[in-house]
Amino acid sequence: MSEHTHDHGHDHDHPHPNQPDIDSEPMGYYQLMGSALGELLIEKGVITADELRAAIENVDSRSPEGGAKVVAKAWTDPEYKARLLENGTAAVDELGIDMPATHLVVVENTDKVHNVIVCTLCSCYPRMLLGLPPDWYKAHAYRSRVVREPRAVLKEFGTELADDVEIRVHDSTADMRYLVLPRRPDGTEGMSEEELVELVSRDCMIGVTLPRSS
Amino acid sequence: MRGPHDLGGLPAGSVDLSEHEHGFWEKRIDGIRLLLADKQRRLISVDEMRRGIEALGKEAYDKLNYYERWTASVTGVMLEKGVITADELGRKIAEIEERDKARFEDD
Repeated sequence: MSEHTHDHGHDHDHPHPNQPDIDSEPMGYYQLMGSALGELLIEKGVITADELRAAIENVDSRSPEGGAKVVAKAWTDPEYKARLLENGTAAVDELGIDMPATHLVVVENTDKVHNVIVCTLCSCYPRMLLGLPPDWYKAHAYRSRVVREPRAVLKEFGTELADDVEIRVHDSTADMRYLVLPRRPDGTEGMSEEELVELVSRDCMIGVTLPRSS
Repeated sequence: MRGPHDLGGLPAGSVDLSEHEHGFWEKRIDGIRLLLADKQRRLISVDEMRRGIEALGKEAYDKLNYYERWTASVTGVMLEKGVITADELGRKIAEIEERDKARFEDD
């Protein structure tokens, strides 16, 4: 986040703690509301400006790399994989990823079963492992259709599965989040855990694509 | 009756795969919610957050984008709990709007 700087010809001493990234347009109503909420909470001492900065950094710092490390470890360490499938929350905690107040269920893809995750009611998503969810995950089309016609939806992501592969769609809740453990691609036997991390994309951990093989 | 948020199984068009970088205002409301929900404060639970979104009604639910819905819900719950008042919020919004407009009144 860059510091907001002014270059508009007059001095002023009021703080601008909450400028939007894009300064070219006036703030919309809900941006104003969010900004007002933040300032009021700080003025009232409910939160501090430092806490808010740290929280925004925290939101920013989460990325699919966390999930990819979990997947690569599961691919290379059978005992870890067993623990991950048994209790996802505890197993990701081993890697320093804390998922407070949510239960993580890890579902494993095999040559017979392919898993896909969705939250039809809102946008529940393992953010600690994958970062902020993509727009399509939160949008009507995906949430409506993937539970009814998953094959057609996967095709829109360029993913075509053999007819004999069963597709299981898991609907997340506020308290239960899913992570797909993709199949380790063929031909990656010689790769290190670090190299494997690079193959694991966000979308293959949602189940809409497959991991790269190189 | 199916609420406006309850989309599973409904007919819909193709999935729009385009993505956007999250703007600062989006991360800010996310950060505010994280703080208000933490163990120290416990001022909003996931369920309260969802109730606030589901209570927006179909028109607003469909019209507002994702973080606009979040903003409406978190702010609504803080108003309900008396953490902030409608009067304070209205005045603060007007104040920030004036400040924001000043950015376009150069020279």
